[in-house]
Amino acid sequence: MTKAKRKRLIYNIVTFAVVIGAYIIMQTMIANGSITRALKGQLIPICCWIVMAVSLNLVIGISGELSLGHAGFMSVGAFTGAVVSGYLLHALGMENEGLRLFISVTAGGITAGIAGVIIGVPVLRLRGDYLAIVTLAFGEIIRNIVNVTYIGVNGSDLIFSFLNKNAPEGTRMLVDGASGAVKVGKISTFTAGFILVMITLVVVLNLVNSRSGRAIKAIRDNRIAAESMGVPVTKYKMMAFVTAAVLAGMAGAIYGLNSSTVVPGQFTFNQSINVLVFVVLGGLGNVLGSVISATLLTVLPEVLRAFADYRMLVYAVVLILVMIFTNNPAIRALTDRMLAPVKRLFTGGKEEAA
Amino acid sequence: MIFLDKLITGISLGSIYAIIALGYTMVYGIAKMLNFAHGDVIMMGAYIAFCTLQYLNLPPVMALIVAMAACTVMGVVIEGLAYRPLRQAASLAVLITAIGMSYLLQNLALMIWGANPKSFPGTMISIPTLSLFGGQLKITGATLVTILANVVIMVGLTLFTSRAKTGKAMRCVSEDRGAASLMGINVNRTISITFAIGSALAAVAGILLCSSYPTLQPTTGSMPGIKAFTAAVFGGIGSIPGAMLGGLLLGIIEIFGKAYISTELGDAIVFAVLIVVLLVRPSGLLGKPVREKV
Amino acid sequence: MTGQKRRSDTIMVPVPSYAIVPERDLGSQPVLEASHLGIEFGGLKAVEDFNMIIGRTEIAGLIGPNGAGKTTVFNLLTKVYEPTTGTVLINGKDTHGMNIVQASRLGIARTFQNIRLFGNMSVEDNVAIGLHNQIRYNMVEGILRLPRYWGAERRLHREALELLSIFDMQKLADVRAGSLPYGAQRRLEIVRALATNPSLLLLDEPAAGMNPHETEELMDNIIKIRDQFQIAIMLIEHDMNLVMGICEGICVLNYGRIIAKGTAEEIQNNPVVVEAYLGKRKEEAR
Repeated sequence: MTKAKRKRLIYNIVTFAVVIGAYIIMQTMIANGSITRALKGQLIPICCWIVMAVSLNLVIGISGELSLGHAGFMSVGAFTGAVVSGYLLHALGMENEGLRLFISVTAGGITAGIAGVIIGVPVLRLRGDYLAIVTLAFGEIIRNIVNVTYIGVNGSDLIFSFLNKNAPEGTRMLVDGASGAVKVGKISTFTAGFILVMITLVVVLNLVNSRSGRAIKAIRDNRIAAESMGVPVTKYKMMAFVTAAVLAGMAGAIYGLNSSTVVPGQFTFNQSINVLVFVVLGGLGNVLGSVISATLLTVLPEVLRAFADYRMLVYAVVLILVMIFTNNPAIRALTDRMLAPVKRLFTGGKEEAA
Repeated sequence: MIFLDKLITGISLGSIYAIIALGYTMVYGIAKMLNFAHGDVIMMGAYIAFCTLQYLNLPPVMALIVAMAACTVMGVVIEGLAYRPLRQAASLAVLITAIGMSYLLQNLALMIWGANPKSFPGTMISIPTLSLFGGQLKITGATLVTILANVVIMVGLTLFTSRAKTGKAMRCVSEDRGAASLMGINVNRTISITFAIGSALAAVAGILLCSSYPTLQPTTGSMPGIKAFTAAVFGGIGSIPGAMLGGLLLGIIEIFGKAYISTELGDAIVFAVLIVVLLVRPSGLLGKPVREKV
Repeated sequence: MTGQKRRSDTIMVPVPSYAIVPERDLGSQPVLEASHLGIEFGGLKAVEDFNMIIGRTEIAGLIGPNGAGKTTVFNLLTKVYEPTTGTVLINGKDTHGMNIVQASRLGIARTFQNIRLFGNMSVEDNVAIGLHNQIRYNMVEGILRLPRYWGAERRLHREALELLSIFDMQKLADVRAGSLPYGAQRRLEIVRALATNPSLLLLDEPAAGMNPHETEELMDNIIKIRDQFQIAIMLIEHDMNLVMGICEGICVLNYGRIIAKGTAEEIQNNPVVVEAYLGKRKEEAR
């Protein structure tokens, strides 16, 4: 085994170990009741945000395309999940929550993937900042469309209307326009979230280190050179983009099925930006970094709840300072020199996946 | 008549977008960065004008001057403290910093003025409503001033960039930063001036925006900011006439979309048009196509 | 080391007069046939009426002063630009309307004047991208690590190291390509292009930035590559020792037009070339 492969293997093992370890610790804490209610409530969202961050990292860090509409796919997944779960329960009378969750999450992934294809075809022709603004636009369009979509069940019929609510008497609304999906039914579990995180890690880490992943990275590093080696650019950009969309959709379904109400306003541009912040702070292309930063940054605002008035202010200042400290060449050289002895202690397992 | 009314409303909204878009496009052209905090500078400008009018009881002209001055300082300080250290950094790092700055401004406003919306005083623009066709068509003073301000700013900026020495320096820096600095142009100073102008325009845009849509809260700037950014891309980012054209078209499309298609889908229509335009003309309406050198 | 002597009036097989094909290649189909190739950029004719035929195992040179349009010719042949006029046949197939990827699959590979490696990837992975179309397993097989993945990856590793051994670079396989020294980057680009299994290899200034010793080695290697892989090589180069030393046919470009064609000897004695190109160099050298 070559040195590079060994490093990669260690990195992957560490990543999985961290996630599995955290899951076991959390489960033990739940079992002996030593977990706080606030943290327990955060477990499923944390899993979802990890999946969001890792999948966005696939687009931004590995594929090198700036996407500002990732929350849009989460939204598609969340509402698909709510509709499918509601339909299964109310129209087909499926009581088994685990099966319902599985089907809903799969459906969420599929519809988000389809949305990814529809969006990717035009978007991936554009470059750089233009791609960013168009993904942003698509995120907003998705939110707007969900805002005027009405889906309900009446008996075993699925009632669908657009722009104006049009449902016969006695229809049970699953998605009610701007008021979103109500009475969804909390069927998500921490274990389901954990499994999704594991699936995401397997998909992303294995993809990165395969023929397709190499092609994706090559396009990121130098598009023209990749093309002249016979690597079809659109195919691989689409592969990264759609894979990320599917994962985001699945995360969205779990996220949606974890709360009693889901409204389109939950998945705004700001949410996409939040995930982007996770990715950048965790390190572009660094999957473990995304996992850690998504976890910390989801928990942090809750921990800082005591300072509710200041927490977002502090968050903003910290964000700016971190960016300046890690990206200014002069400051970076200084901190690197100061941290050199510490780093020597921790070498191994810290290589970037890319 | 409704059509004409909507058209004028659209042009007025578009004028506001255009003025904001100018800030985005100038900064992008020269510093090659997306200044996400620009929309929040607008909001700060509007709050400052609101305070000078409401608490200091100063006349509207003074409110305008104070807001512009404050925003100019704010823009230069933001650039100097947050963006300048990242001049050589990857564009994504700068983008995240700008996003952090946007959060910072919003939360500062939240702390200072609270979350409750303030109603922007109508006394800011106290020109009477113009009645045409025997009262069938009414044009508010705010609308008139907005359109007029847009024309003045457009002409002024065009003259500035083509005639004034600083304006020419700006064009040089946007063309080739390295070459400009070799020619003795102070790049940092030029970028600062760009931020100053953009932020002063943001103050104007904030006042105009809140004169037409008087609800003022910490998030007031976000959506117009995003729309104006879209307008800048629509017209071809980096191009001043492009920002103007993009802003106006966007405003008109939004108002017409809301009036004739669906109120809820207004934003979606705007963004859909943007996407179609970018697919046909990948560098925007007036943007120069870039050919990658191999 | 000198190119084989050949004169157009001794050719027995009917090959157009603008061709410089070595005798050993005359019987077989040329790897490249470009005729009346031209492109305009906003009214400016960057390349005009470019005609060239390259034999299956020929080493051809494309020379000319800076800005003569040499790299543009490469861009036309590899379909980075669609020519305004004329046709390009690669292995007898018309490339009209094709994109870069399709042209590459016809058997054309290239290096770049301003090096275009995948800087954040390892040396081995750079070569692996060259081998991309020769290994076959899909995304799902890659993610689930099915048997085909392991088999293909093993083969890939072996072949990549084999290719790297041409330039004695096996030891660098794990190094990040972007951190290689300049000369090694140029060599890696050649290896990567070779990995695509081309029948025509285009080298854009392969000796740029190399010292005389390295250039000497490169010349030997270019010939070695031609002999070992039995491919045609066309190169743009300013180093006249290299061009005159290994190119069997040389084409001189000036202001986007071919001003001379022939063997090294013919080019060196061509008064037009001496005036437009070599003569100027000598004057500058003084």
